[in-house]
Amino acid sequence: MRAVITVVGQDKIGIIAEVSRVLADNKINILDISQTIMQDMFTMIMLVNVDKSVVSFKEISETLHQLGESLHLSIRIQHEDLFHSMHRI
Amino acid sequence: MLNSLEILETVKMIAEEHLDIRTVTMGISLLSCAGEDAQQVSDKVYDKIIRQAEKLVKTAEDIEAEYGIPIINKRISVTPVSMLLGGVPSPADYVCVAKALDKAAKVTGVNFIGGYSALVHKGMTSGDRALIASIPEALASTELVCSSVNVGTTRAGINMDAVAQMGHIIKETAEKTKERDGFGCAKLVVFCNAVEDNPFMAGAFCGVGEPEAVINVGVSGPGVVKCALEQVKGADFGVVAETIKKTAFKITRMGQLVAQEASRRLQVPFGIVDLSLAPTPAVGDSVAYILEEMGLERCGTHGTTAALALLNDAVKKGGVMASSYVGGLSGAFIPVSEDAGMIEAAQVGALSLDKLEAMTCVCSVGLDMICVPGDTNAQTIAAIIADEAAIGMVNNKTTAVRIIPAPEKKVGDMVEFGGLLGTGPVMAVNTWSSDAFIARGGRIPAPIHSLRN
Repeated sequence: MRAVITVVGQDKIGIIAEVSRVLADNKINILDISQTIMQDMFTMIMLVNVDKSVVSFKEISETLHQLGESLHLSIRIQHEDLFHSMHRI
Repeated sequence: MLNSLEILETVKMIAEEHLDIRTVTMGISLLSCAGEDAQQVSDKVYDKIIRQAEKLVKTAEDIEAEYGIPIINKRISVTPVSMLLGGVPSPADYVCVAKALDKAAKVTGVNFIGGYSALVHKGMTSGDRALIASIPEALASTELVCSSVNVGTTRAGINMDAVAQMGHIIKETAEKTKERDGFGCAKLVVFCNAVEDNPFMAGAFCGVGEPEAVINVGVSGPGVVKCALEQVKGADFGVVAETIKKTAFKITRMGQLVAQEASRRLQVPFGIVDLSLAPTPAVGDSVAYILEEMGLERCGTHGTTAALALLNDAVKKGGVMASSYVGGLSGAFIPVSEDAGMIEAAQVGALSLDKLEAMTCVCSVGLDMICVPGDTNAQTIAAIIADEAAIGMVNNKTTAVRIIPAPEKKVGDMVEFGGLLGTGPVMAVNTWSSDAFIARGGRIPAPIHSLRN
């Protein structure tokens, strides 16, 4: 299953490194990354594959959420289909 | 490939604009549980609900976690309970079934269970009579059970005997739950043209035309529509309608996705998506604010009915393409106590009961979560129901009344229900008598345009 991770918040050094480390630790493969500064906000979108993940989707979601809190960012992971269903016919 | 702006738009809708799935409701047919012995029927009802809905809450929570979309309520609707007891059942027999429903709801972990209902638009069976008589006790002695009574249809007319009786039942229900300001009435709806696949409470029941079990999903999202309209300030109504349609499409696509996923995982057929804009008391999740965004200083002023008509229609047009099966009530709800903007409008005197009645001609349902003074008599409540049923009957639409004559409260007082049910300002009713009108009884015949064959 593929999922979309969104990271939004104040820019600082090491955000991508921290998020990638959590993903690597849990055997989640990154397929695509895009990152930009939008209206002064750091905005990163990652497409990942969670098929080989060593933890459940709920757990990785919780881990990323906590990482976000510690970095003062909003981090979410959501099933890719949500975005397809809303924006593609 | 998805583009970043689309992804961020969806995330923003969920994180900041209160986009959510209001309810995943499992309809369960209880016809196989019918019988003459109340205790046996109650046991069968309990067992069947547990068997069917065992995994409902867990499945909805899994979907919520994977898709990152909040599912606010998980609910169950059942076959109208008045049909389940044969012979000559007593009100106490029905209360026994109500308690079984309540227990099953608690064990499965759902937020509400609906279907403590009777369909009496043309007349009453002995079961209907006993169930209706039992409603005050059933709602006072249970927590999660919701009740509804259908008193009219476009095809059958309005059963004015039932209307008159419901006036008394509502008063009695308020009295029995007076320590909570008549809270029992918040779980009781009187319908005209009730639908069989409505996922929303308090009026959900699983109609006799439904399968053994079915998944119906109700979406929400007034906040998203309001935010979209903020981007088109001053534009003409064509642009307003287009903006609402596009937003409703996106909201409904999500409802469709969740409905299909829940149906697949529970191995229960998918019924419908109900395209409703259902407000919550949270700031920014209000239907009234959408109407005000269109240019009204306060919801309830002149122009409100036109604004609501446009909104209701555009929501349907946008949503209907997004789902393979649309049903339920589909439109914009206007429950006063559940909508921050409606509460404010009623408090400052901009929104009256009369204006709300006019709005129900073009909204998805009817007079919803209206608090009136505790000394409002049963006949006046019945007359309010009759007016609302007439609007539904003549306009071929669903209308409903969920009214709370809050004991000992006066106009201007506030009634606190808590949670999704919110806070209701007590609104003035017309104090001229309708007693002799209600005392007539009988049936109001179906309108001429009911003869369509």
